[in-house]
Amino acid sequence: MLACAFGSLLLAIVVGLFIASMGTSVGKAMRERQFDQVEKYSSAEINRFSIYSLITRSTNDVNQVQTAFILGLMVAIRAPMMAALAIMKISSKNIGWVEVTVFCVLVMLACIGAILWFTFPRFKRIQWMNDDVNRITKEGLSGIHVVHAYNAEGYQEGKFKKANDELTGTHVSVTRAMAFLQPVMTTIMSMLGLAIYWLGAVIISEAEGLEERLIDFSDMIVFSSYAMQIIAAFMMLIIVFMILPRAMVAARRIDEVVSTQPTILDGDVVESPAGMEGRISFRNVSFRYPGAAQDALTDISFDVEKGETVAIIGSTGSGKSTLVKLIPRFYDVGSGEVVVDGVNVKDYRLDALHRKIGYVPQKAVMFQGTVASNVNYGDTEGERTEEDVRKAIEIAQGAEFVERMEGGYEGKVAEGGTNLSGGQKQRLSIARAVCRRPELYIFDDSFSALDYKTDRQLRSQLKKETAGVTTIIVAQRIGTIRDADKIVVLDEGRVAGIGKHEDLLRECEVYYQIARSQLSEEELVR
Amino acid sequence: MSPDQERRRGQRHAPGTPTEKPENFRQAWSRLFRYMGRYRAWFVVAVILAVMGTALTLLGPNVLSDITNIIKDGLLTGDIDLEGIAALGFWLAAIYGISAAISLVQGLIMATVAQRTAGSLREDISRKIDRVPLGYFDSAKSGDLMSRVTNDADSLGQDTNRSVSTMIVAITQFLGSLLMMMYTNLTLAGVAVGSTAFGFVLMVLIMSRSQKHFEAQQNHLGAMNGHITETYNSHSIVKSYNGDKRAKREFDQINEDLRHSGFMAMFMAGTMMPLMNFIGNFGYVMVCIVGAMMVLDGSVTIGTIVAFMIYIRLFTNPLQQMSQGLTVMQSVAAASERIFGFLDEPELEDESRKAGRIHAKGHVEFRDVRFSYVPGKEIIHGFSADIKPGQKVAIVGPTGAGKTTMVNLLMRFYEVDSGDILIDGVSVKDLTRENVHEQFCMVLQDSWLFEGSIRENLVYSREGISQERIEEVCKAVGVHHFITTLPEGYDTVIADNDTLSAGQRQQLTIARAMLDTSPMLILDEATSSVDTRTEQIIQQAMDSLARERTSFVIAHRLSTIRNSDLIIVMRNGSVVEQGTHDELLAKGGFYQDLYDSQFEETDMG
Repeated sequence: MLACAFGSLLLAIVVGLFIASMGTSVGKAMRERQFDQVEKYSSAEINRFSIYSLITRSTNDVNQVQTAFILGLMVAIRAPMMAALAIMKISSKNIGWVEVTVFCVLVMLACIGAILWFTFPRFKRIQWMNDDVNRITKEGLSGIHVVHAYNAEGYQEGKFKKANDELTGTHVSVTRAMAFLQPVMTTIMSMLGLAIYWLGAVIISEAEGLEERLIDFSDMIVFSSYAMQIIAAFMMLIIVFMILPRAMVAARRIDEVVSTQPTILDGDVVESPAGMEGRISFRNVSFRYPGAAQDALTDISFDVEKGETVAIIGSTGSGKSTLVKLIPRFYDVGSGEVVVDGVNVKDYRLDALHRKIGYVPQKAVMFQGTVASNVNYGDTEGERTEEDVRKAIEIAQGAEFVERMEGGYEGKVAEGGTNLSGGQKQRLSIARAVCRRPELYIFDDSFSALDYKTDRQLRSQLKKETAGVTTIIVAQRIGTIRDADKIVVLDEGRVAGIGKHEDLLRECEVYYQIARSQLSEEELVR
Repeated sequence: MSPDQERRRGQRHAPGTPTEKPENFRQAWSRLFRYMGRYRAWFVVAVILAVMGTALTLLGPNVLSDITNIIKDGLLTGDIDLEGIAALGFWLAAIYGISAAISLVQGLIMATVAQRTAGSLREDISRKIDRVPLGYFDSAKSGDLMSRVTNDADSLGQDTNRSVSTMIVAITQFLGSLLMMMYTNLTLAGVAVGSTAFGFVLMVLIMSRSQKHFEAQQNHLGAMNGHITETYNSHSIVKSYNGDKRAKREFDQINEDLRHSGFMAMFMAGTMMPLMNFIGNFGYVMVCIVGAMMVLDGSVTIGTIVAFMIYIRLFTNPLQQMSQGLTVMQSVAAASERIFGFLDEPELEDESRKAGRIHAKGHVEFRDVRFSYVPGKEIIHGFSADIKPGQKVAIVGPTGAGKTTMVNLLMRFYEVDSGDILIDGVSVKDLTRENVHEQFCMVLQDSWLFEGSIRENLVYSREGISQERIEEVCKAVGVHHFITTLPEGYDTVIADNDTLSAGQRQQLTIARAMLDTSPMLILDEATSSVDTRTEQIIQQAMDSLARERTSFVIAHRLSTIRNSDLIIVMRNGSVVEQGTHDELLAKGGFYQDLYDSQFEETDMG
């Protein structure tokens, strides 16, 4: 008997080993599948989920599912087997006992079913309500100055209270429903024990002869033991049921990430035709953001020759940033085509297209690591020397501050670059593009975080060092772009004019307005 | 990333996962108990009910033992005292019934108390946010802290419920079954305790070892969180630089570490249940063997063994529950410590007794104002200025010069160290903060919008603003046309950041401010994200807005402030010059440098 118990312990530990290994591997695989999928996403898919939600899905939701999976394996296999074995052992016994046991199991399943039926939809609602409460808190925090300035404390609290009351109310009803579980189970188990003995007394008293009575008596004690095991097995299942609703919601959320197909797919062109390097054409391009009512860009056409510097300018919301985002295919055009080096961007394998481009976004992006690891980034990582990195930083006007940093080029960059100023981050972000030595630079309003002096120096250095490289600049300041080879003026998503500074001043009303708001009269005349 | 950072991200822990240790377990719990307020009595009732309910179930095995004995007595003759059994049976059924009812009531009370407490904690946190001095949010960690605190309230609601009930039931069961065993038969009780003691020691050993792996798991989870956050946030760069290989490499490393530590932790924790079973079985067997010998001796009845077979389970099961309950209680204590830590932050002084209430004409006077964010690091050194009603004041200087500080002082977001600011001759200290805020309409640098319709965002906390007025203002800032192109017009819900550009967001916040009729105006780089042409449209609207009002303008484009009545030039946190545009240019100081550097570039042509 002891050997049996010990053997069962050893086996259980081995089973535990397998289950833990399986569970954590499943968790690992779920994280990896999501990560790989998100890496394939275009900006449209990322925006649809929101980054915050994608992070929760890869971490919290995976944890929920993993925990449920492990507990489920531990219990879901063991419990029915325990129950089945116990039932086999006792099924040959007196039919009355079996009936009572089956009845108890059915009552228990009905109770669990009812409780799940009540709580499951509410658990889902809790998830949303929680998001609401968190969102309102975050809003109140980020706008704390506005809240104070408008004496809107009461308004804010009222809004919070509404969301919070709803959340708390649902929490209360769900937790109350769950409170039924334990007493119901315990009572069923205890009552079954009692019923078996009670019934036993009747059975024994009706039995003929001492021997039969003795057999019935020992059967009774054995039966009660097994019956308890059956109930215990089902009680273990409850633990799984407690965490199952949340895990199921989490699993669905993970599945959404994995099954969402990226809308932007690879083409198969790796090499562009010779002699076409550095050329870009927009041909009747229109574009609309998913879910938007209006086109962000309408019928845009222009050509860029190799080595040219083309500037895009226009009012807020005129579609400047959107336009350049179509070149690296962050989004796909609605109609028309974008052609890079003589090939439609849709036909490129994405990495081949991206290899040509040095993109610098409006808001500088920094990775945790060192200055050098931030500048020497991407698939050219292995090909650039320390000297290349230095040179790139120098061109981006960052050498001075980097050398003053503790550790210099190997100096630490914190998560999100929080230890650097906005201008410093922007310069490193530009250096990253320079270090890549692309065929094409895209500066998406990358100079506005720099003061005028640095802006000027940087651009003249860049021009000198990267002669022959096609450059597209989105800008707000006329000063930044007036020496461009070609200026594309956008107005409400349409081309309002293309040309050089002087021509546009004369011919393009929109451009003249922008210029007039920034330059003095005498400069306009010139 | 440290485990600390990880926790701030609001990870939910797997059940029974050890979490951070609270500074003071008892203090945290007694504080939480005091906070429960009107629920306190209910909480105590629930605890008592839990003890009663459990104690009642402990009577069960004893009655079962009696029933067994009656059956045994009739075994030989076949003449069983069925009436006696029925009496005992009904008695026991009643006990079970009452016990279940008590447990149910206990569970309902506890669920309500815990969740309502969590709800009111959330509400208090939200109220508190509006009542701490704004300086509190200067430290970079405050945002993280807040998310932590809201998550804490959430887990507190679930875990208080879980841990307290579990603990009380487990302790009662453990002690009760021990007592009942000793009462029923001392020798067998000795056998039961003796045979399980070894197992308990083993269990404690395993648990302390698995702690290490749980900690490692938390660290790796933190690293995972950090890496994913970074990669997803930098998606466009990762993609366009083909940096996904590097990101994947790092990800794989962290993911594998996480799997490994998770595996170790899970495995160790997983051995607990079989071990518990084994301890139970071992005790069971020992009781049976010794018990059988004693039955043969005639020193105990067979009923006693039946009772012991149940008691031994009741005795060994609670131990794991207790250890789990304790870890959960610790995490509750840690959570409540953080929440109360925030709720105990000093608040803005109570101003309900201040009688002064003005509607200003717009005369503002700074008198020798000194101010420091950090004590000892004074950044405003005795600033004085006299601003007449209707004048336009510009504050200029490079980024980080402290321009916003002046606004913060004027709005009384911060209190001056010495000196005074007077509005229409009344010191702002003598006015309620609310009254001071009423004197200004204000547009801040970062355009703050919340999830709600455009109209809600514009009207905000004010009442009685007509649709005509809203449209009039939106036309003035040049955003009316755009709004009408949206599917729902003014009722369009601003949900994510993508629907509106930075400039449009700024236009909306300007419109919000323009709906105010306050006598003074503060514009803190209000048009920085708007392109220059739109800026001009807005500028015209603002000029008409500012005509009758005293206005304070912070701007980085000097062209927009040339015609100000007073220009305050700041550098490295101090006021370095003040005067009109012409005076300052004539002086040839820092202002001139600034001015020249802005227009220098046009020479490049």
